Order: sequence, then C-alpha cells, then structure tokens
Amino acid sequence: MTVRVQAEDFDVGAALDGLTAGRSDIGGVASFVGLVRDMAPPDRLIAMTLEHYPGMTEAELSRLEAEARARWPLSDCLIIHRHGRLTPGERIVLVATASAHRTAALEACAFLIDWLKTQAPFWKLEETEAAGRRWVDAKASDDEAAARWQG
Amino acid sequence: MRVLYFAWLRERVGLAEEEVDLPPSVTSVGELIAWLRGRGDNYAAAFARPEVVRAAVNQVHAKHDRPIAPGDEIALFPPVTGG
Repeated sequence: MTVRVQAEDFDVGAALDGLTAGRSDIGGVASFVGLVRDMAPPDRLIAMTLEHYPGMTEAELSRLEAEARARWPLSDCLIIHRHGRLTPGERIVLVATASAHRTAALEACAFLIDWLKTQAPFWKLEETEAAGRRWVDAKASDDEAAARWQG
Repeated sequence: MRVLYFAWLRERVGLAEEEVDLPPSVTSVGELIAWLRGRGDNYAAAFARPEVVRAAVNQVHAKHDRPIAPGDEIALFPPVTGG
C-alpha cells in the first residue's frame, strides 16, 4: 500500500507492473487515471495548478487506502497524486487496486477516487484565456458520488 | 496556535500561515473563524461566508464545533477539489 504526492509525472505502466511484480496471488488490477481536461470552446484552459496541504495530504490518502482495505480484500493499492502547475492532457492522479478477484479491485478503485475528490486536501486553480485565473468550485455531483459509498 | 490557510482563503488573508494568541473565549474552530473575521478587512473578506470554510485540526478533517487547544495546528480552507 503506497501513497505518493509529487510534482513530477508518473509512468502508468511501470506503476501497475510494480503492484504485481513477483506475485502470483493477484487476479486483477483496476486503475483510474485522472487528466487535466481542456474547457469547452470558446474558452480554453491554459493551465491548472494544484495546491495541497503537505503532511495532511499524505495522511488523508493513507487513511483512504486503509478504509478501502478494510472494506475490500485487496492485495495491494497505490495512489499517486501530482501537485503544481499542469497543462491540458497531463496526468493528475493514478489510483490502482489489486485483488484476487475483479469485483473487489473495481469497486475499491471507484471508492478511492470518489472519496479522494471530497477528502484529500487539494485545490485546483484554473487559468483560462477568457476568464483569467479562477479557483475551481467543489461540485455537488462529487459529494453525491462519494455519498453512495456511505454506510 | 499555528493557523494555516489554503487556496483562496490564503490569497484573501494574504498569509499561508501564522501564529496566533487566542483569547480564552475562543475554544472551537467556529469561534476561531469568528475571531479571525474581526482582525481586519482581509480577514473579513476571507471569512465573509463562514459556512463554506472547511477545517482540519492536527491534519484531520474537523467540523466547526470541534474544540481546539494551544499547540494544535489548525488549517482553514475551501471545499477540496482534487483528483
């Protein structure tokens, strides 16, 4: 179980290979890769800067991983989240879960990204051609996605 | 007590963090926010809508009724938008 918070990009293939290297008890790996998405025209996204709370970020992601492992039989899991200034198309986050069976891996992966979005202390600042710089508002749809894993 | 600010709260306050000496009447996150509001125009602008402010005490999410004590690390920030 690994959490990494870093400015630099990551290699998805290498990260997934690392989860299963040397093991034969894993039946499947589920993964989610979040990317910086451009705006709908006519506005254009120049960049997205992710601020975070060093220390709490790592602690909160570790708490989320522990919650996922308490709910599903996971062989391993990995969260990598970038911070700093990113441009459209760049990777932001990788969540990967490994389990003996696909259902646990798929559900735990969805749980982790849903909860990460409402719990991990990151804030997005957009720079767009039309509107300049603007802090992204939290979305009610993200709260609803996280709430479906309650109880 | 160490208080940290993030995102647009940090920009409006004009500080990323500071040490504050609280009066004894301030004993919760919500009371801290109300006390900060009275410290100047920048704080008043930052905390104009206390209900949208989220908090962490010692790097764990906390509600506004959470008690605080000297030595705690309090972080105040907008709702998170990672992922």
